[in-house]
Amino acid sequence: MDMNVVVCVKQIPDPTAPQALDPATGTLVRDGKLILDDSDAYGVEMGLQLAEQSGGGEVTLVSMAPNAETSGLRTALAMGAAKAILVSDPLLAGSDALSTAKVLAKAIARANPDLVIAATESTDGYTGTTPVQVAELLGMPSVTFAKKVTVQGPAVHVERQTEAGFDEVECPLPAVVTVTAGVVEPRYPSFKGIMAAKSKPVDQLSIADLGLTAGEVGAGGARQQVVDVSAADERKAGEVVVDEGDAHERVVAFLEQLKIV
Amino acid sequence: MSIEKVWVLAEAADGAPISTVLELVTKAASMAATVEAITWGAGGQSGAAVLGDYGAKVVYEVGDIGDALPGAPVSAALAALIESGNRPDVLLVPATYDGRDIAGRLSARLDLPVITNVVDLEVSGDEVRSKHGIFGGAQIATARFTGERPWIFVVRAKSFAAQSSGGAPAEVQAVQVPALGATNAARVLSRHAEERTGPKLDEADVVVSGGRGLGSAEGYAMVEELAKLLNGAPGASRAIVDAGWVPYSHQVGQTGKTVKPTVYIACGISGATQHLVGMKGSKNIIAINKDQDAPIFSVADLGVVGDVHKVLPKLIEALKARS
Ligand SMILES: Cc1cc2nc3c(=O)[nH]c(=O)nc-3n(C[C@H](O)[C@H](O)[C@H](O)COP(=O)(O)OP(=O)(O)OC[C@H]3O[C@@H](n4cnc5c(N)ncnc54)[C@H](O)[C@@H]3O)c2cc1C
Ligand SMILES: Nc1ncnc2c1ncn2[C@@H]1O[C@H](COP(=O)(O)O)[C@@H](O)[C@H]1O
Repeated sequence: MDMNVVVCVKQIPDPTAPQALDPATGTLVRDGKLILDDSDAYGVEMGLQLAEQSGGGEVTLVSMAPNAETSGLRTALAMGAAKAILVSDPLLAGSDALSTAKVLAKAIARANPDLVIAATESTDGYTGTTPVQVAELLGMPSVTFAKKVTVQGPAVHVERQTEAGFDEVECPLPAVVTVTAGVVEPRYPSFKGIMAAKSKPVDQLSIADLGLTAGEVGAGGARQQVVDVSAADERKAGEVVVDEGDAHERVVAFLEQLKIV
Repeated sequence: MSIEKVWVLAEAADGAPISTVLELVTKAASMAATVEAITWGAGGQSGAAVLGDYGAKVVYEVGDIGDALPGAPVSAALAALIESGNRPDVLLVPATYDGRDIAGRLSARLDLPVITNVVDLEVSGDEVRSKHGIFGGAQIATARFTGERPWIFVVRAKSFAAQSSGGAPAEVQAVQVPALGATNAARVLSRHAEERTGPKLDEADVVVSGGRGLGSAEGYAMVEELAKLLNGAPGASRAIVDAGWVPYSHQVGQTGKTVKPTVYIACGISGATQHLVGMKGSKNIIAINKDQDAPIFSVADLGVVGDVHKVLPKLIEALKARS
């Protein structure tokens, strides 16, 4: 069976660069160049492997990003995804997770997927709720926190992380699955892949194209507000000793003082 | 409109509410006059006594959901209850695998937003202000809802202290899961538990964690041995979980567990903000790292600049010699 997989990929400011919130809106400043969220590289790889194993399927990327940003999408296209749907609209600034999910769900529905893959949480927002919100809006079942994913006939089999270890879960397709880091090892784009990515189709849509209005999404639809941002409480550094072969004695004394030993 | 009624999503494990739920019920009792809880699976009847003890008056019992994953059926039962007119002002959800699924689905069903990664809550007049770590916990944002209630907050473990108030067992009321089509089709075929000896990571009085500085999966054996000698639990940085040295259940940090032991011993861990956010609430922190500029030292009460392969074996020997 050909399997068409949609992978949600978020394009984010480089997390290793200093990050800031816009003081006026309390939302993340996203005007610089964006990159593919590392967390989503696992989803892209998983999607590519499942599509390849199915024989003839392909991976469609779905992303919502400001300023028609495509650099993160190009990375995922270079890995091997066939095409992308990008929703970009000035009205989307300030979207909360639910608004994002509404947009993604509409865009995903256009691709008519057998399987939707997202990451358990994004690096910059890490709400971790967007994918299940998407599943609910699409009327699909979902399996979160996958550490192993296989497709067997019309169902996806997932080893789902739990507090105690993992559950083996079976879920009929179409379904939404969120993957953890380490589910598969993402490939590096090859030179050929990078060249090919330049001409792969990226379908750009506005919220009007999706039949959504400004009241439903973006800052207009947000019903939560950041009222303050401040530095987290700093802990003070204590004593520092350089090991000269006897530092362990200092550790034992410290533990004794706390009555741990 | 003040805060009158708070609900707590009372996830259970091994037939009893998990510790985060008791923290949330305690907090809820300080926020509002009426505290009610929602249970499912085996947590219901048996949980009513404990939940009542911590302050819940009513337990809405979804009952047996069979092999289904809780996200779809529990959120649907909750949505039905709310749509029938039983509306809390606030819903507190523990930040667990299932808690996040339930909160996300409920949010989409009710068309209400959800605020996640909450580490503190404060009622001020008619508002609830939540605090949550951003940028890996380096900064704290204060947020509030501006729209319709219930306001759904997903709260991290260890954000509040649990305290029993000696309340009577909660009254149990059964609630139904409405008919669900495809959304409720995921089935658990089997459950696998990892072996664990000693205390649980998030309950242990001593946590000994290892990072990439241990050099290899074998190096982690020193961390396990030290943890055992101190009757503690072994933890890990994400770097070595992703590298496959230890299972995910060991991970401390933003995407792992929050721990607040009496002593946290970090061995070969650099101290990235995403790690610090999960352990800097520890009462005492000891760090061993060969780089004197490692950020972990900025939060350590006792920092040892040294090689884990030299310090740990001697520490283990010294502790063994005492016992
Ligand atoms: C979205 C997101 C979520 C994350 N969530 C988490 C999380 O939950 N938990 C988490 O831990 N990380 C998390 N991280 C990763 C985090 O940013 C760091 O990459 C990670 O914590 C580093 O692990 P480490 O300290 O073991 O490794 P490194 O940063 O590589 O540090 C190794 C340290 O060991 C020291 N060392 C080396 N050799 C020795 C020796 N022989 N003796 C003593 N010291 C030695 C080095 O000086 C160095 O400081 C997350 C990252 C992102 C982007
Ligand atoms: N703007 C977006 N575009 C595409 N995918 C997204 C977007 N926001 C969230 N996702 C997906 O949902 C996952 C969880 O995001 P979050 O809820 O922000 O933690 C991400 O890792 C992505 O896979």
